[in-house]
Amino acid sequence: MPADFISSLFVFILAAFLGFELIQRVSPLLHTPLMSLTNALDAIVVVAAIIIAGRHKTHVSTVLGLIAVVASFSNMVGGFLITDRMLHMFKSTKAKKQ
Amino acid sequence: MSPATLQQLIDFSYIAAVIGFILALKWLSSPVSAMRGVLIGEIASAVAVAATLFDPQVTHYKWILIALIIGAGIGVPLGMVKMTAVPQRTALSHAFGAMSASLIGIAEYYVGTPHLSKFEMAEIGLEVIIGSLTFTGSVIAAGKLQEILPQRPITYRGQNIVSLSVLATAVILMIILVFHPGYTHLFTAMVLVALIFGIMLVTPIGGADMPTVISLLNSYAGFSAALLGFVLDSKVLVVAGALDGASGFILSVIMCKAMNRSFTNVLFGAFGQVQTSAGKVTEERVVRSATAEEAAAILSAANKVIIVPGYGMAVAQAQHKVRELFDSLTKRGVDVKFAIHPVAGRMPGHMNVLLAEADIPYDKMVEMDEINGEFPQTDVALVIGANDVTNPAARNDPSSPIYGMPILDVDKARTVMVIKRSMATGFAGIDNPLYYLDRTLMLFGDAKGFVGNIVRELSGGAA
Repeated sequence: MPADFISSLFVFILAAFLGFELIQRVSPLLHTPLMSLTNALDAIVVVAAIIIAGRHKTHVSTVLGLIAVVASFSNMVGGFLITDRMLHMFKSTKAKKQ
Repeated sequence: MSPATLQQLIDFSYIAAVIGFILALKWLSSPVSAMRGVLIGEIASAVAVAATLFDPQVTHYKWILIALIIGAGIGVPLGMVKMTAVPQRTALSHAFGAMSASLIGIAEYYVGTPHLSKFEMAEIGLEVIIGSLTFTGSVIAAGKLQEILPQRPITYRGQNIVSLSVLATAVILMIILVFHPGYTHLFTAMVLVALIFGIMLVTPIGGADMPTVISLLNSYAGFSAALLGFVLDSKVLVVAGALDGASGFILSVIMCKAMNRSFTNVLFGAFGQVQTSAGKVTEERVVRSATAEEAAAILSAANKVIIVPGYGMAVAQAQHKVRELFDSLTKRGVDVKFAIHPVAGRMPGHMNVLLAEADIPYDKMVEMDEINGEFPQTDVALVIGANDVTNPAARNDPSSPIYGMPILDVDKARTVMVIKRSMATGFAGIDNPLYYLDRTLMLFGDAKGFVGNIVRELSGGAA
């Protein structure tokens, strides 16, 4: 098994456990924004897409990479935008009275 | 700057991005700090993207910049959709995310073949299968939520066997590819079969099960990104994918529990769960109905009211009228709260977002476990567009298909009022004994119209 794989597996296991701990603490109130936020964070795939498209190895890989840049960057922009909009709507009774 | 220093700077910016992602999720724990979480997430992502543009492997900029601009051009309208369209937007973003991960895996295959090691081929194969099936599955889910496709489950005999053999075909193709990575036509076939399986996975699932399915697709999309991180040896993708995958996984578990479905049942795609025929004709039972005027009179005499919203409220776009009702009752000194069942609506937290959009304070929205104890001291439980999540048969009728599902105990309130279009059974086709109780008043009509009429009666009474 390649050494890369083992180190990635370490990172994956740690991140997954951390994820479980963090997400269990998210209030059910915010489950919809949680999903749109994790979607936006997951759109970091765009960095891989940029490299695939930018290193220009073959025409096929460049075109696939560019489509992936469009799709993942739209997720990043759209995901943060809608999460922001949703969270702005959540106000407590106190905040409203002020 | 030497290439080695540059690479280190890029790596450090990825580490900074990962810290930002973790803090973003940590701060999402409460509505107070959540805005800060989004901001740090945005900064982290921007840093990572900017650093990548300096990567020495990137030599062609023109098309990348054009692609980023197009991406932003698609992302902005998708970020500005109406709150009622959030479930389908979310499904679409799962589709986009999975598609990107899948396309990058495919590109890696074509660049690497036929010199891929067995191990690399297995990683790519698995990643592309999961990414592709999540892509088509999410597109179907979005189509159902947007009501372009029928929301009812589409099932046929032997569906499980057919679907599972399609998945098995994709896996077998992948195994052959591990030994013969140069068979590019087999790779194409594997991708196509995985795409078809995604369609078959979600088509049999009905609208009411969407909260579970959308969480599951969320999880798949996350794990496909994490797998892509393995393929490319990119730790930032592994972390972001693991966090997203874990989040979808936890939400799926919560949704499963809230529907009393086993986790394996959902993990394997909740294949065509059998809809028990609701054809059993029950004897004519008496329901009591009331007018808006009567409902307003009862509500204004109450001390404590709990409103139970469901998907019907979203369909009727009644949330703003509900806010008017909330204001009007609160002004009269009535204690009004909202009871939120975890699977009310079409995605986790759907009702909270709609109510927040209508400007209802979040501290008035209470989860099922917390509010159930309050129903016996409640004067009026007002059910707006919810059905199965209030069905007492889930508690006391072992023959009911939803027996065992945790419900909101609205039947324990002194008076129950249910706004409903007609006596037709709900989505799951299950009769609801709640409607025949002596304490239940049926308010027949459109949710938005009826709530509007109650509000008018209340303000008329005050004048």
